[in-house]
Amino acid sequence: MTRLTVPKTYKLYIGGKFPRSESGRVYAVSSAGGDFLANAAKGSRKDARDAVVAARAALKGWSGATAYNRGQVLYRIAELLEGRRAQFIDEIMQAEGASAAAASAQVDDAIDAWVWYAGWADKYVQVAGNANPVSGPYFNLSVPEPTGVVAIVAPQAGGSLLGFVSAVAPALVAGNTVVVIAHETAPLTAISLGEVLATSDVPGGVVNILTGSPAEIAPWLASHADVNALDLLGAGALDWVNLQIAAADTLKRVLPPEPDAAPSLARILAFTETKTVWHTKSLL
Amino acid sequence: MTSPASAELATRERTTTLLGGEATDANLRRYLHGIPGIDAVGLEARAAGLGTRSIKTSSKRWAIDTIISLIDLTTLEGADTHGKVRSLVSKAVSPDPSSPDCPRVAAVCVYGDMVSVAVEALGAAHSARTPETPDAGIRVAAVATAFPSGRASLAVKLADVADAVSAGADEIDMVIDRGAFLSGRYGQVYDEIVAVKAACARADGADAHLKVILETGELNTYDNVRRASWLAILAGGDFIKTSTGKVAPAATLPVTLSMLEVVRDWHRLTGVKIGVKPAGGIRTSKDAIKYLVTVAETVGEEWLTPQLFRFGASSLLNDVLLQRQKMTTGHYSGPDYVTID
Repeated sequence: MTRLTVPKTYKLYIGGKFPRSESGRVYAVSSAGGDFLANAAKGSRKDARDAVVAARAALKGWSGATAYNRGQVLYRIAELLEGRRAQFIDEIMQAEGASAAAASAQVDDAIDAWVWYAGWADKYVQVAGNANPVSGPYFNLSVPEPTGVVAIVAPQAGGSLLGFVSAVAPALVAGNTVVVIAHETAPLTAISLGEVLATSDVPGGVVNILTGSPAEIAPWLASHADVNALDLLGAGALDWVNLQIAAADTLKRVLPPEPDAAPSLARILAFTETKTVWHTKSLL
Repeated sequence: MTSPASAELATRERTTTLLGGEATDANLRRYLHGIPGIDAVGLEARAAGLGTRSIKTSSKRWAIDTIISLIDLTTLEGADTHGKVRSLVSKAVSPDPSSPDCPRVAAVCVYGDMVSVAVEALGAAHSARTPETPDAGIRVAAVATAFPSGRASLAVKLADVADAVSAGADEIDMVIDRGAFLSGRYGQVYDEIVAVKAACARADGADAHLKVILETGELNTYDNVRRASWLAILAGGDFIKTSTGKVAPAATLPVTLSMLEVVRDWHRLTGVKIGVKPAGGIRTSKDAIKYLVTVAETVGEEWLTPQLFRFGASSLLNDVLLQRQKMTTGHYSGPDYVTID
């Protein structure tokens, strides 16, 4: 007697939980060869709304954590990813039709990206911040601070896992919380990464993952008044100029689509705002 | 116009007729315990069923504006200052300054010593309840009778009420003595409400409206809520209010439903319309819409006016305004676009 397969339904990751889409919709995700892989939740604008609420609620704790602690938490993600590399290699091979070697290399790159960004958590401020010279008995200090809630359209470039990580990790370094729309046709690794995040030390709500149609969800995030920045890294195929226009209404910081998102300090600093303070040098 | 003394007499006479005797512990007990009990499972299922209605687009728009016009915007903190009351008042007058067509709230609800501050801050927007203008302007409601515990002597409670009324309060939110109610001293609770009602009388002849807080979170059973509701209405309360907001659980949909049923039965019995005010714990417009549905389905849509239904709330207004902004602009709004209370 042949055993029935038990395909997994991939759900959303919002506020540390894995809810189904509020709309009740799912869509079939196929392998590169066109075979059925699994059903994924087809997120709606209300899921995006809930995700923004969760991200906003998590912002205070995450941005208030010490930089050293954030670095540890991000490094822990790399550790857990290492422990589940077989699962990710398997998923990448199925979803992208990649060879075992290519999939393995992609997981390595994703893990290395987490480690690279984790290291920056307690260092980027020293590089981007400054003690400004002023002509008076004052300290004048500029420090970068997190922008807030960042909405991200995750790219496929470099692979479904690596593209996702290279978009999400830099925003987390400075203490932003994120709402990410996973790539539409290859979202499964993103949700699996959500399962890694849920069992790591990342507080619930810091990373929120939506699956479904970015063309449907992204406009709601772009115009959402409680989103502070919009990373259109993977939105090249969308009508992203209109997303930019919608985001301008609430003065969001917007990053345009890019073909490549190799780890860089610039990506961390893209989601920071500079605060400058004056302080007397002495009370005498 | 009736004098306070004759109004009190009328209330007592009505009670005597209904009870078939004076409002003593024994008579009240016989009457209140003779009221059929509540099927708790059925009540909760009914409330849950009413909460599933889908209210969208133009109905939602109407509901949101109705909710705003029914809110008693409340601040009842030990840390309240004159400045905080003034900012509450300015929010009551123009809840959403970016939208001039946004309705005003029904009333502001403050502690007794803040009444004069609220009245002064409201200025022309304040319209005292007179027989000629029953529903114009924003009212000032004051909690009294040793709110929220109600643990003080009757003399102190009456002085508390008289003080708020003389300062210009249009509505008095009193708490019942839950200790007396739970130990079966119904006559004492009754007499207290009657006395407070008499103390609500104003020199100009327009009584301050009396809202009787049952504090349902301390009454333990739906049967007790029903009995307390009857008792409060018998004693002359104009409104019955669920909670102080200081005790959890505060207002819940089943409790409010059971109180609305009493109001419905009283209207059938006497033709008099009593108001209901759920207070505390209603924080989202989604919740508030469930209450609107429950009111409309239980006592009828004519109850959806500030004279007969209120929400006691502070944070509800912000959520309703966010929903309103979403409906106006077409995109989601955020907490940066409403006040921090």
